[in-house]
Amino acid sequence: MAKKPRVKVPKKAKSGDIIQIKTLMSHKMETGNRKDKKTGKLIPRKIINKFVCSFKGKEVMSAILHPAVAANPYLAFYAKATESGTFDFEWTEDGGKSIKASGDITVS
Amino acid sequence: MKYTKYITSAAGLLGLGAILVACAPAPTMKTGYDFAIPETQAMQDDDFSNPAFVWVDIGEEQWSTVDGEAGKSCESCHGDASSMKGISTSYPKYNAEDGKLRTLQHQINFERTERMKAKAWKWEGDEMLGMASFVKNQSKGMPLNVSIEGEAAPFYEAGKAFYLQRRGGLDMSCKNCHMDYPGVKIRANVLTNGLPNGFPTYRLKWQKVGSLHRRFRGCNKNVRATPYKQGSDEYSNLELYLTHRANGVAVETPAVRN
Amino acid sequence: MSKDTFNTVAIGRREVLKSVGLGALALAGTSLGSSNAQATPEEAAKYLSDMTGGAAAKEGKITVKLPEIAENGSTVPITIAVDSPMTDNDYVKSVHIVAEGNPSPEVVSFNLSPAMGKAEVSTRMRLGKTQNVRAVAIMSDGSVYSGLKQVKVTIGGCGG
Repeated sequence: MAKKPRVKVPKKAKSGDIIQIKTLMSHKMETGNRKDKKTGKLIPRKIINKFVCSFKGKEVMSAILHPAVAANPYLAFYAKATESGTFDFEWTEDGGKSIKASGDITVS
Repeated sequence: MKYTKYITSAAGLLGLGAILVACAPAPTMKTGYDFAIPETQAMQDDDFSNPAFVWVDIGEEQWSTVDGEAGKSCESCHGDASSMKGISTSYPKYNAEDGKLRTLQHQINFERTERMKAKAWKWEGDEMLGMASFVKNQSKGMPLNVSIEGEAAPFYEAGKAFYLQRRGGLDMSCKNCHMDYPGVKIRANVLTNGLPNGFPTYRLKWQKVGSLHRRFRGCNKNVRATPYKQGSDEYSNLELYLTHRANGVAVETPAVRN
Repeated sequence: MSKDTFNTVAIGRREVLKSVGLGALALAGTSLGSSNAQATPEEAAKYLSDMTGGAAAKEGKITVKLPEIAENGSTVPITIAVDSPMTDNDYVKSVHIVAEGNPSPEVVSFNLSPAMGKAEVSTRMRLGKTQNVRAVAIMSDGSVYSGLKQVKVTIGGCGG
């Protein structure tokens, strides 16, 4: 069952406001250190290793994640509201699969 | 005649008094939230960053998803999910049709198999946990209010007996920890009152949402007792007992617990 | 349990060993897993040195917000705030978080930009045991600031 990422971007802001953006991605963040209880073999690592937030094509914030990031990775950060537009978010999983989401903001 | 009028008024006042007493909020016990550290409380307080809402979102999606031969979704019959407000607070409840005690999850599967003609969901699967979290979340903040009267009484008594029964290699009952020593530490964990008002809950240990019956299994295993199955009569009865113990306490689903 | 006193002693020892084992397993059972290798502060320092190009870290400007005692090592909320105007000429370029006692020290690296307006980031991390968590901020002028906080991570009594 595919789980969608949750993103929270304020719908409105005044120009110059510093807004908080919150993101929550549903992911096990399998570290690669755990052993399968039945077979005794190591469960292969599979994590979200990268996150990028852009606004109008320009990177605002990005993060490289390692296995020590907790399951269902939560990332919160700030952005300066300058003009109306769409914040784009992209999570990349080990192996290259990418998940995208976005949030619009109206800046007055 | 005059006296009858006075007696009737007095009886009326007494009746009113009885109603007032019955409506008075039960003295509320501390819940797992109250025993948690501020960072965990903050995680629960923020509906957005509460990781349990990943499952609530699943439930919300399933609510309007058509499934089964009858071609219906939950929405087809129940309309908007807000119709579920105040519904889960009376579960588990006795069902006259089959003479059994039903938890909310039993009821969800009954609706799926009998009304929607769809497959039953696995007790601990994402869909069931999602739907149970979503439905119970509609009653968030409302007091739990289960009945143990009439037909429900024997199930309550069985649940109470389970709660008080010592079991397992450690020979302990639920009461030993959760009634005798709430607030006391075992190693580095603080014992709580063991209330069900936040379930299904995101347990940090599980790193996902899990059901109350899953927690029961963990508790039983921790005292080296053989656990029962999720959805079993034993755990359903226990759930009724626990929910009644927590009558008056506000629903917190989906909570964040250790 | 056997009624034979001779056997009961043996079983008792087994039970004790099991519970000790359980404690160890509880740690191994955390999401960080059964790896016996653990990072050292030196390994964490080398990793950070690679990130900063060896620049000496100064104290100040960086605040590391972490609970004193983690509710559960699997999910420990952390917020790093850096005092910076976040203008085009003076901003925080990156923030790196390391856990000195985890199997591997690196946790997360953030790349910041003046578009953020405020240098504050939050996430949740896994900590395998009581240890120091160190955060390092690299500024646009190349200067480096470092902050440290110890988090106690415990094994619970019931359900870990």
